[in-house]
Order: sequence, then C-alpha cells, then structure tokens
Amino acid sequence: MTPRSREEIRQAIVDALGGIAPEIDPGSIAADLPLREQIDMDSFDFLNLIIRVHEILGIDIPEQDYAKLVTLNGAVEYLARRCAAQQ
Amino acid sequence: MMEDRIRTTYRKALNMALREAMQRDQRVFLMGEDVGRYGGSFAVSKGLLDEFGEERVRDTPLSESGFVGAGIGAALNGMLPIVEIMTCNFSLLALDQILNNAATLRYMSGGQLSVPLVIRMASGAGLQLAGQHSHSFEGWYANIPGIRVVTPATLEDARGMLWTALMDPDPVIIFENMPLYNLEGELAADAGPVDIDRALVRRSGEEITLVTYGGSLHKTLQAAERLGDEGVSAEVIDLRTLRPLDMATVLSSLEKTHRLVVVDEGWKSGSLAAEVMARVMEQAFYELDAPIERVCSVEVPMPYARHLEQAAIPQVDAICAAALRTVKRHV
Amino acid sequence: MEAGTLVEWLVRPGDEVKRGQVVAVVETQKGAVDVEIWETGTVDQILVESGRKVPVGELLALLRTAGEPVAGAQDISGLQEAAGVEAASVLSGASPSRAGIPPVSRISPVRPRVSPSARKLAEELGVEIASLSVAETGAEISRADIERAAQAAMKAQPAIQPASSDWQSQMRKAIAAAMARSKREIPHYYLATDIDMSAVSAWLSSENLKRNVTRRLLPVIPCMKALALALREVPELNGFWIDGAFRSSAAVHLGMAISMRGGGLVAPAIHDADKKSLDQLMADLRDLITRVRGGRLRSSEMNDPTVTFTNLGEQGVDGVFGVIYPPQVAIIGLGKTSEKPWVDQGAVVARKVATATLAADHRASDGHSGGLFLATLGKLLQEPERLR
Repeated sequence: MTPRSREEIRQAIVDALGGIAPEIDPGSIAADLPLREQIDMDSFDFLNLIIRVHEILGIDIPEQDYAKLVTLNGAVEYLARRCAAQQ
Repeated sequence: MMEDRIRTTYRKALNMALREAMQRDQRVFLMGEDVGRYGGSFAVSKGLLDEFGEERVRDTPLSESGFVGAGIGAALNGMLPIVEIMTCNFSLLALDQILNNAATLRYMSGGQLSVPLVIRMASGAGLQLAGQHSHSFEGWYANIPGIRVVTPATLEDARGMLWTALMDPDPVIIFENMPLYNLEGELAADAGPVDIDRALVRRSGEEITLVTYGGSLHKTLQAAERLGDEGVSAEVIDLRTLRPLDMATVLSSLEKTHRLVVVDEGWKSGSLAAEVMARVMEQAFYELDAPIERVCSVEVPMPYARHLEQAAIPQVDAICAAALRTVKRHV
Repeated sequence: MEAGTLVEWLVRPGDEVKRGQVVAVVETQKGAVDVEIWETGTVDQILVESGRKVPVGELLALLRTAGEPVAGAQDISGLQEAAGVEAASVLSGASPSRAGIPPVSRISPVRPRVSPSARKLAEELGVEIASLSVAETGAEISRADIERAAQAAMKAQPAIQPASSDWQSQMRKAIAAAMARSKREIPHYYLATDIDMSAVSAWLSSENLKRNVTRRLLPVIPCMKALALALREVPELNGFWIDGAFRSSAAVHLGMAISMRGGGLVAPAIHDADKKSLDQLMADLRDLITRVRGGRLRSSEMNDPTVTFTNLGEQGVDGVFGVIYPPQVAIIGLGKTSEKPWVDQGAVVARKVATATLAADHRASDGHSGGLFLATLGKLLQEPERLR
C-alpha cells in the first residue's frame, strides 16, 4: 500500500462526507469541532462514513475507536497513524 | 311456552303501556274522544275503562281545545294526564292550547310552572282517510320550543316511550302512525320504558345513510334491503325523537357514508327533512360526497283514492331511486 | 330523454367554431338531432367518441375560447385547463323544440363540481384537484375520484425527486395532513418504560468486534427485531383502523421513521421484520435509508407499514411520544441509551438504560395490551443472542 499523506487522508474523509451530506461545503467544516454537530449525521451516516473511509484507505476501524473520529482533525490523526502502522 | 318474547301488535303494545302507567301511578289518567266506552277510535284503550273506571278513563266532548286545556290544567295541578287526539289534523283545534299554553308556561312563569302533559295523536296516510284525517304534522310540532316530539315506529318504542314521556316535566307529543297500529311482531315479555333522547341505527351500512322516522321506517328498511341486493350498503337511522333532534347519531353515520337521503312523510316544503338537511349543511358540509336527497309526500291534500294516496307518500321505489342517484349507480 | 348516441362529430380538435354552428349529430328517441355550439372558439378536445351512448348532461368536448393559450398536447384534459375552457355543449340542448336556447347549466361549467368531502380528502392526501382529468372523473368529482388519483400518483411517481424545494413543501403538507388527522381522530394513549440495555449493548459490541466494518450491525437492529417479535405477541398494536373497525395484520411490516436531509421524514416499511435475521434487517435498513436519502422509494414501502418505529435516541432525546400515522394504530419510540443508576438486588449499579415508549390508538387497544407489549419488548432485549 502506498503511503498516504495527511492531505490525502483529509481529502478522503471530505469526499466521503460529501457522499453522505451533499449539501455541505467542505470548506466550512471546522476541523476541531465534532463532525456530527456540524453535519446532520445519524449513526447510519456515521457507519457509512467509516465504510467509505475503509473503502478508500483500506483501513478497518473497530467500533471502540469510533470516538477517535469525532472531529476532522482527530480522524486525520487517527487514520494517519493507522496507515503508518500498516506500512 | 315461549321463553321471554310475546307475539303482539303496535296497538296492543300501546295499550300495555297505558295500562302499566295507570297501574304504576295514581296521578296518571287518560282523556279524549271515544277513549272510554268505544275503546279508542283505533282501539288502543280497549278494556281500560272497565279496569280503571270513569274517573281515570274519561270520554270527552268533541272539543279539542277544551280537553287539551283541561289536560294542561290538570298537569299544572300535579296530575300526569295523557290526552288522546284522534288524528293530528284535529289537533290544530287545540294548537292554541299546545303552543300558547303548554309549551310556554315554564318559560313565562320563570320556571315556576311545569306541564308534565302527554298528548298522543295519530298521523299518517295509508288508511284512505283522505284530506282531513291523514296528514303528518310531526315536523310542525317539532318546530315548537318547549315541547318534546317523539315518533315510536317499533313495538319496543310503542311499549316504552309513554312512561318516559310521562316522567318528562314538560309536554311531550307522541305521534302514532296509523298504519303501524296493525304492525305485528315479537316483543320482550319484560319490555319497559325506553329512552326518548336518541336516534337509533336500525340497520347498519357503509355507503349511504337513510334517515327517517315513524311510518316510513319500515319502508326505508325494505328499501335498504333491496339496495343491498343491488350492491349498495345502506345504513338506516330512526330519528325516534324529532325535538330535540339527535344529530350526533346522524353525523357519525355520515362520517362513514358521506351520503344522505332523508325520508319524511310530511310535505316537502319546510319539512322535518329540510331541517335535518339544513343541520347537516351547518355541521357536516365537508363530510358530504353527494347532494342530499329527500323523499317526502307530494304537496297536495292527502287523496282518498287508494292509488293516489299511495302515490302521494314515500314508497320503497322512490327511496331506492333517490339512494341510487345519490351513490350514482343507475340500475 | 335520458340518453343519446353520438352519431357523428362535425368538427375536430383544433377547428375554429362559431356560436350557433352545428358541431355534432346525436341520435335521440326523437331522431337525429344537430348539436349546436354556444360559444365561439377552438375545439380543444373531443371527450366522447362517435358511436357512444351517453347520458344527458355528459361533457362531450372541451372548447378553448379566444385568447386562451394552447394546452400541452399530453395533459390537455386536465381540469386546470378545463378551468379556462367551456364545455362545448351538453345534450340537454339537443331537443329540437329547444334548439336555439342555450343549454342552462345550474352551475357554471368552468367550476368543477367537487363534493365537499372530496375537496377535504384531496387536501388530506395532497391531491391537486386541478390536475384531475375530466375524462376520467366525469363532471362531478367524488371521494372515489380523489382516492383513485392519489393511488395513481403513488404509482406514477415511484421515484421521488430529491432536493426539490417544491417536493419538500409537498412533503411538509403531507406530514401536516397526516399528523393533524391523527391528532383529530385518534385517541392516543401513551406508555413508557425503562429497559436495561446492558445485555444487548454488550452482545452487540462483541458481535461487531468479530465483524468487518461493512457487516457491522447498528444498535437499532436488535431493537427492531425485538419489537417485531413483541408485536406478534400483541397483535392489537399491529394493523389498521379502517371504517370504524380494527383490522389486525398477520405480517409485521415495520415502518422506520427516517428523517430526510434538509427536513421532513418518511416511514417506509421493512417488510416481515419479525421473520428476518439481524443481518437481513441491517441489509434492508441500509438499502432503505440509502434509497430514502437518494429519493428512490417504492410505493409499496410507503403504503405497507403496519406499525411505526421512531428511534430519536440518536438525537440524544430520552424518550419520544409519537403521533400515530393513520390508519396505523401504534408508534413505538426508543430514546437514547445512556448509563444510569439502576437498582439491582438492592444495590445501585450503573447500567445502560433506554426509555421505550408506545403511543397507541385507544380505539384498537387498551393500556393493558400496550403494557404487555413494552414488557415483552424489555424481556426480549435481555436475551439478545436469541434475537436471530
């Protein structure tokens, strides 16, 4: 697997969010605020986000780690670590 | 032995009701033309003179205004009189007493006076009694505030309405449909007083509501049966009490069927049917899925000739036709 | 004369006609009669073909008067258009003795005769009366016409166009009508009970740990299964109140209240929820939500639910007392699952607890049945491994 830059990971998440909530403007997402407060997402949307990220990045996120993906920055950090660990 | 139902007639049911009322309360007495020795012009009070004596079964002169007035006086003084008027056409002679005295005294005395009077009168066509003995003035009387108007159409109501009417502190008029006197059927042996407040669904159905009272009930029920054969499910409501009208029963039926035909042996203009229609327009306009129709008597004095008399009053064919027009199914 | 046979049309759609011109020939009991037109204009549409016998008063054709725009070729017959066209003629003018006297219509032909009840029903079902075709409804529009139109609209539009503000406002109207009707007609009663969710949460965590992310179950899935099973025990809550009587449903089609992005909600059915495995339920729910959000619902999914389930716990609410979607007779709500003090054998312990609620139609069931249902639901959720 090719290494992923943080920017690539951020873009993957934003793309996934765009598929779930097409009405949002990616530029308006505050990176340090919880995503579910900014984007009207329910547990199904969140699961879809995890699945899409999984599809793009090939990373399986266990349920107990969901809390680490609350904010955009948190998600980028977490996924960058997981990508690095897979190398 | 029959368990607890007896075979009887409308006439006998009325007789039972009179007898029971007189046995039950000493204040009750019967008064009218030919009610004693002759046994009532329609034989309703047969046997009562022998049983209760001349004091309580009183033959009167041909003077409707006089004896209805006497009844009002007796009622004012604590009695429970039952006054029989031979036909409702003759009751017009006593209309002054009924309207200006019986119906108004409670109001004009500021509630100090009560007139617990019951007036029984026969109405309706079908016996070839012609233009001065066979009309239906139920709707006229139902226009008068201060009285209650009831129309027993079944054996149960013939048996049960009288006592409840006597217990009403205000005047009650009981209309007995003449052709119904010979109506035969079964009645519970222990049948007794019935309420005189509510209309009753006599046959339940889904597609159209047929509202009627008195003598037309049975024709309307026959019409509903025939409509059923033609695939139209009709509900039949017997109003029973024409004043005050129980519109709640009519409206709740209309919420289901959305269609209405009113059958009323009175003349069409300004009839009770017109009142029912007007109230439906006021209270349930948005429930209606078709214009309301009514089947009433032709606006002529009641003819004597049998075929003309039958042609002048509501019949099963006309009720069916009106119902079918209303549900838009042509035969 | 009650009916006549239209023998021949002397004009065709598009023809200019003048007042007094003979436009058709009708065979009556009195012989063939010429039908004259009473307005000048253009024939817009022929509604009765030649050879057909029709009752007096039947609409024969539509006429466009001068200055009116030409209607679209396909939907020309709509009453919306009819509002601006005149009935060409009615047969009542066909009697020779009355020829020359314009037919008198008691009500202006431009105003559709909609029964009051039909008008009210149209409002409730969101049917545009103006969109009905005169050719189908006839001159008078009754409840039956509105019901047919509502059904046709449902079939004709299996795909809902997403993100249309017009559609949003239609949905708002539909919700408003259904909810207002519910509160007007349905005597609701409400019950609530706290359910210990510890067992089901623990079971779900361990189950999901074994599963790849694409196969994980949402917490709502075991709840759906449990309540579908509980409904089998209490059939008075599963079915419809129609025409003054309750009709229970043997099948449990669970209507899932799903909110739409940008507002509004729908509650389409997961069919036979009581008979499906948890994996199947998850697959069905995923499919359903995806199609709701993408606007591709099927009409059967909209019409079939026998009961509704609303899971507002997602938004952090403790409990939800729902409004029943008529003609259903119950709506079940589930609040959020959170840790709460719970007394177990005399000791206060922290447990995962959620409040389950029931709003039910008192005409169809009584509080006793409702209570029995919530108790059964609670019991089933204590043994999650059996919810397969």
